Amino acid sequence: MSTNENKDQFRQPDHEHDHFLLTTVVGSYPKPKWLNRAKDLYEDEDSDFDEDNWQEAKDDAARLITDEHERAGLDVVVDGEMRRNEMVEFFAHRIEGYEFNGPVKVWGHNYFDKPSVVSEVEYDESWLVDEYEFTADASDRPVKVPITGPYTLANWSFNEAYEDDDELTLELADLVNEEIEKLVDAGARYIQIDEPALATTPDDHAIVGEALEHIVADIPDDVRIGLHVCYGDYSRIYPEILEFPVDEFDLELANGDYDQLDVFKDPAFSKDLALGVCDAHVAEVESVERIEENIKKGLEVVPPEQLVISPDCGVKLLPRDVAYGKMANMVQAARNVEADLDAGEIDIERGAPTPADD
Amino acid sequence: MTEYVSTTPGLYPLPDWAKDDLSDLKGHQKHDLVSGDEGEEITAAYEEAREEVIGVQQDAGLDRIVEGQLRWDDMLAHPLAVADAVETRGIVRYYDNNNFYREPVVTDDLEPTGDIASELEATVERVGSDDLQAVLPGPYSLYDLATDEYYGDDGDFLAAIAAFLEAEVDAFPAHETLFLLEPSLVENPPADGEDARASEAIDRVANATDADVVVQPYWGALEEKVYAHLLDADIDAVGFDFVANQDDNLYNIQEYGTTDDVALGLADGQNTLVEDPEAIRDRTEWVEGQLGVTEFETVYLTTNTETFYLPYGKYVAKLEVLAEAADLAEVKAA
Repeated sequence: MSTNENKDQFRQPDHEHDHFLLTTVVGSYPKPKWLNRAKDLYEDEDSDFDEDNWQEAKDDAARLITDEHERAGLDVVVDGEMRRNEMVEFFAHRIEGYEFNGPVKVWGHNYFDKPSVVSEVEYDESWLVDEYEFTADASDRPVKVPITGPYTLANWSFNEAYEDDDELTLELADLVNEEIEKLVDAGARYIQIDEPALATTPDDHAIVGEALEHIVADIPDDVRIGLHVCYGDYSRIYPEILEFPVDEFDLELANGDYDQLDVFKDPAFSKDLALGVCDAHVAEVESVERIEENIKKGLEVVPPEQLVISPDCGVKLLPRDVAYGKMANMVQAARNVEADLDAGEIDIERGAPTPADD
Repeated sequence: MTEYVSTTPGLYPLPDWAKDDLSDLKGHQKHDLVSGDEGEEITAAYEEAREEVIGVQQDAGLDRIVEGQLRWDDMLAHPLAVADAVETRGIVRYYDNNNFYREPVVTDDLEPTGDIASELEATVERVGSDDLQAVLPGPYSLYDLATDEYYGDDGDFLAAIAAFLEAEVDAFPAHETLFLLEPSLVENPPADGEDARASEAIDRVANATDADVVVQPYWGALEEKVYAHLLDADIDAVGFDFVANQDDNLYNIQEYGTTDDVALGLADGQNTLVEDPEAIRDRTEWVEGQLGVTEFETVYLTTNTETFYLPYGKYVAKLEVLAEAADLAEVKAA
């Protein structure tokens, strides 16, 4: 069995199998109901629930969800993004150059506060170092830090200040790089760049690749960098994305029942594959057996040492008990497949296309 | 002398209070979207919001007033989404935007609904026919946004959509202008043969009204052949998205000529940066100067796209700029 040093640094000392299928989450997790109530109180001018109380509530929630991830058995945990409201807004509030003008429609009556870039973007206060340090302190497990990528930050904003979105993307990439340097100084070893906008405007993979070069500049090689992409036509970005300077691609595939799996078989997948094995938008816990089958789909693309196990996407829209059920079953399924691999009971041909009548 | 008319392609953002109220009244899921038979409370909220956006246009001083299309949850697919012969299915992406609509699947013979006519009836009470502008998806774009499970043939389906829109227009109260929005002519251009059929379909809808008809494609310029075919339709004005593409639009006009009236999309309907009225006026002059032809009879000054992409305050500001730019252009021309 070959090894994968970058991935194996996250293996627990007491890991029970020779094989190691790293289990983790994409990032977001359902917020406890009381956290939403605390937020309402904090925003209510008539309430005496102050900044300190609100900070304490977020700390409690972060500790709670980190612990919940540990209990589910995940190898690498996140705080469930308890301190973040939305994946663009959170960062836009912390970057100089952004302003907010009110909600805009996404679909139906779903809105978001799409920010405007009105002047040169600049790095001000740290975005995530406090969040990382708190989570790392609250857990014995390794911690992953998800960061919204510069392409999505640029695309899901109004650009008033830059000649074009590509220029804005690269400027933001330099800020992301600065933040990652600070996170690495604070001890972070696993960073995930979230670029959901890539799959929706896939002709832009070149600018995303260029932005990633900016992001990883001077970041030590042994720091694990992942890229999360979801809900799009992957054939329009593969194999080009293999050139990106990242260690891992985290892909949503369970939602489409692996109908896009063949895309990644030719040419061979040369990075680590963090395979989505649970649907993030179906409020039903997949069985351990079902997830085992999904994990084996990943083995059609990469060998076990390149495989990482995670849900399709952030699970924040699920009921919390369902989210927990999915995580726990996912870990159990990964451990079962590891045992079968150790026993030599899994024989999957890699790279063979799925028969058309499958 | 050229008349400068400030207007918009409609499909406005809801006022923020209406976003909140209607979220609470309707909900956030697929099956909560407008079906054409909304209850009393929802209807009342939309009526109040409509009054507000009519007032915004009047206060800004726009020359044409639209209903606002605030009920169009499915954007340009709305006319089908409320039709009996249509099932609304999954959420699908709206062109290249971070916006989604319910896929309208036509499963039976399309019959007009009168849904949009009743919106316009409510508007004309406040506005008067001389200022009223109706807005519809162009037949090609509606055809492109929809899925056919009934007609079985692309040509038949496009013709059925055109007949459907024609019948909707038949029921409209008198109006001064009709905007047919045709982004699909740019985004998913018709192939050979289909381009002529698209033009015929537009012609059919345009002939259903006595009003001036403006066909507004956006998100770029039309391919040459598509543009040439569009000019065959009996329409009063073609719209040009000069925000997205200047060179190819100019080329089309210089190479193939254009209608006696034109619509110039000069304010960006998808960016919060609010243009200066003087800059819009200057760009209007620049376009006219580039063409060096005899002057247009009417120039509509408009945003290039719908404005629901914008926060409400910025949408209001864009309307004010368009009205002021048209006034400035009139002064200059006089």
